[in-house]
Amino acid sequence: MFREFSNTRALSLFILRRDRVRLVVWILSISIFVIAIAAILPDLYTTFEERQVMAEAMENPAVTVMLGPGYGLDNYTDGAMMAHFMLVFSAIGMGIMNIMLVVRYTREDEEEGRTEMIRSLPTGSLSYLTASFSLLCLVNVLTSLLVGLGLSSLAYESMDLIGSLLYGAAMGAIGIFFAALTSLFAQLTSNARATIGYSFSFLIAAYIVRGIGDVGYELLSLISPLGLVLRTQVYVNNYCWPVFIILASSVLIFALSLYLNSIRDLGAGFIQTRPGRARASRLLLSPLGLAFRLQKNSIIAWTLGMLILGVSYGSILGDLEGFINSSELIRQMIPEIAGKGMTESFITMLMTILSILGTIPVLLFILRLKGEEKKGRTEQILAAAVSRKSLLASFAAIGLMAIPLIQLMSVLGLWSSAAFVMEDPLSFSTIIKLGLVHLPAMLFMAALAVVLIGFLPGLTGLVWLYLGYSFFVVYMGEMLKLPNWLEKLSPFGHIPQLPLEGADIARLSIMAGLAIALIVAGFIGYRQRDIQG
Amino acid sequence: MAVISVRDLTKKFGKFTALNKVNLELEKGDIYGFIGPNGAGKTTTIRILLGILKASGGKATVFGQDVWKDAVSIHKNLAYVPGDVKLWPNLTGGELIDLFIKLRGSNNKTRRDELIERFQLDPTKKCRTYSKGNRQKVALIAAFASDADLYILDEPTSGLDPLMEQIFQELILEARDQGKTILLSSHILHEVEKLCNKVSIIREGQIIEAGDLKKLRHLTRTRMEVETKRQLEGFDRVKGVHDLYIKDKTVYFQVDSEEINNVIKFISPFEILRLESAPPTLEDLFMRHYRGEAGDL
Ligand SMILES: Nc1ncnc2c1ncn2[C@@H]1O[C@H](COP(=O)(O)OP(=O)(O)O)[C@@H](O)[C@H]1O
Ligand SMILES: [Mg+2]
Repeated sequence: MFREFSNTRALSLFILRRDRVRLVVWILSISIFVIAIAAILPDLYTTFEERQVMAEAMENPAVTVMLGPGYGLDNYTDGAMMAHFMLVFSAIGMGIMNIMLVVRYTREDEEEGRTEMIRSLPTGSLSYLTASFSLLCLVNVLTSLLVGLGLSSLAYESMDLIGSLLYGAAMGAIGIFFAALTSLFAQLTSNARATIGYSFSFLIAAYIVRGIGDVGYELLSLISPLGLVLRTQVYVNNYCWPVFIILASSVLIFALSLYLNSIRDLGAGFIQTRPGRARASRLLLSPLGLAFRLQKNSIIAWTLGMLILGVSYGSILGDLEGFINSSELIRQMIPEIAGKGMTESFITMLMTILSILGTIPVLLFILRLKGEEKKGRTEQILAAAVSRKSLLASFAAIGLMAIPLIQLMSVLGLWSSAAFVMEDPLSFSTIIKLGLVHLPAMLFMAALAVVLIGFLPGLTGLVWLYLGYSFFVVYMGEMLKLPNWLEKLSPFGHIPQLPLEGADIARLSIMAGLAIALIVAGFIGYRQRDIQG
Repeated sequence: MAVISVRDLTKKFGKFTALNKVNLELEKGDIYGFIGPNGAGKTTTIRILLGILKASGGKATVFGQDVWKDAVSIHKNLAYVPGDVKLWPNLTGGELIDLFIKLRGSNNKTRRDELIERFQLDPTKKCRTYSKGNRQKVALIAAFASDADLYILDEPTSGLDPLMEQIFQELILEARDQGKTILLSSHILHEVEKLCNKVSIIREGQIIEAGDLKKLRHLTRTRMEVETKRQLEGFDRVKGVHDLYIKDKTVYFQVDSEEINNVIKFISPFEILRLESAPPTLEDLFMRHYRGEAGDL
């Protein structure tokens, strides 16, 4: 019996040694993020009255679907608010961390032939899986403690030590659950990609099932680990039983994966991978077809994702005045324009933020070409009768076509949920115009990506920095009272406040013109430089 | 007209000179071996020929067209197999073979299926699951199913098993019989020796030897092993004998090709019981370059 586990401890230490930096970064970033949010919450809503106004705004099914049921809404303390806003996302963060790490130590090592090396040493057949799971348990426990102690060290009245430790424990339990679950999928499937796919699908399904359960059938929420974890009612009632149930099911799931691990061959799985196509469909047979095919799933996911994001942003418009008035801080974030209501201004800001987020996939699609080069795969395309112009054009085209598509999704999402929750809904044409005025700025960012690929492929990270900067000045500029010119350094700082100001066609045309010039320059650069592989 | 013509080709990466005045000349029908140790500059040369890297100096043409400016038109009649074949993990081998054939502008279904059969590749598997050898097969099938006049193969067999290597060699010979031109880079010398009619040897970015394989052999030494009835005496003073090693009445040595006659004459009086000779190999030639003996060739 123990033979199967021999040298487990040594292997745990080995993984720890190998990934110590990665593990520390994960632990710190998750715990610091959670603690930082808790630290700023009381500044957002300083008085009891402000919090109660917020609690009313939160009593909305759209919010419940997104965040889970609000506990203690009649006395919405900082603690109750923190748990309501953040617990489900903290849990999801833990899920993501554990999925990524477990895949790395199971299927990925197996695929790269590293597990084989380990198994050829005097280690037990179950040692490596046990070693990685034990190490992750340790990681999760450490994160729990860090979060628990960190939260209680903020010394808010409503966030006591017991509640804070429970918050941490809830996160840790979910982490361990997903470590066990991913170990299970690593046995069932036969490659890392499928393991990630199944594990994330489970995470998303758990979130959706919880959402439905929380507004309808409570039972559904109880079978979802993400629903169960909210039943701890941290900082309100502090129930421990959900943590125990989650831990107990994790043990069962891990035992099952140990069993499956013991009866399968190295490199094999239980879910057969379907054979793919023996011949290419006509759609694949061009550089554009290839660029599309490689990113098809990502395009679909982002399109849906932006729709959902639009819907969730729209859902807060329902009780907008209440939401804005609930917090001094939120009032500060919105630029004031003489004589006009804050609603319009707020909607413009929402659309700008959606556009900045929508630029992420656009950049991803274009910069994919650089990723292909780095992985040494463009060489073979260019060695065929494909010009550099058509190769770059294919990837740029996917990105550029994504701009209106993504923007349409944000607009549709925002409009449809706004129409649902607002008493005096915005007209579709207002919102679509609002979406349109952001297109030149998005085009400008895309053009920067093209020009970097053309001239400085090593520095494409700059465009991400620039986008991050844009997000920061738009989001925080008003609140931090930053000088106006800082905002003007970003293309998103030049968007007219549409319902209030008129659309400044000249300025938008100049931005679009500049973007086109940059794209042309990018093509010239790409034609002249060495391709690295 | 030469199929590939490279004149004084130079390539610098920053301060580092990867290629220094490289010359190559491939005639139609040549199977040209391009030999050198790792890091010698084979791949860099090939990438310049493909218009993927830009030369820092010199001139390179393929089919008489400039490799940089006319890349697309050249590539319509060229098939390339990289040294380290990188494929997209979520596409199948079959899909990629079709893609590469199509991007080169040819379309030969029967040839494709025949090659898949010959290489015993499962085209329905995702490339993620392919071993190095299988990825190489994908690139080789795509190359040989294309209707190309010039094949550029960068260390194409480093992942193939002997059986598949055999098939590869058959394909090269078939292509030769159809009058195609092949540039074959390698550090596996016996492969080049068997297939090629001409070779260039590159080392640290410079061509150190080039020409007909026969002519090159002439410059090399024959390895001999001779057992005599009586103990050989004074053999170490004979002109043209190298690397002499004597064990009892057997001598092992290398001899310059032009001195063989004299050496045999010297040994004969000692009564030869057994004589074995190995033809000069490129390995020997190569080893001598490694030892820095290039100058005395
Ligand atoms: N993009 C590059 N930047 C800098 N040095 C390079 C680059 N590509 C190749 N080299 C260097 O050029 C030399 C020749 O490399 P390569 O042509 O790949 O050799 P071979 O194919 O003969 O093994 C090596 O020293 C290599 O390190
Ligand atoms: Mg090479």
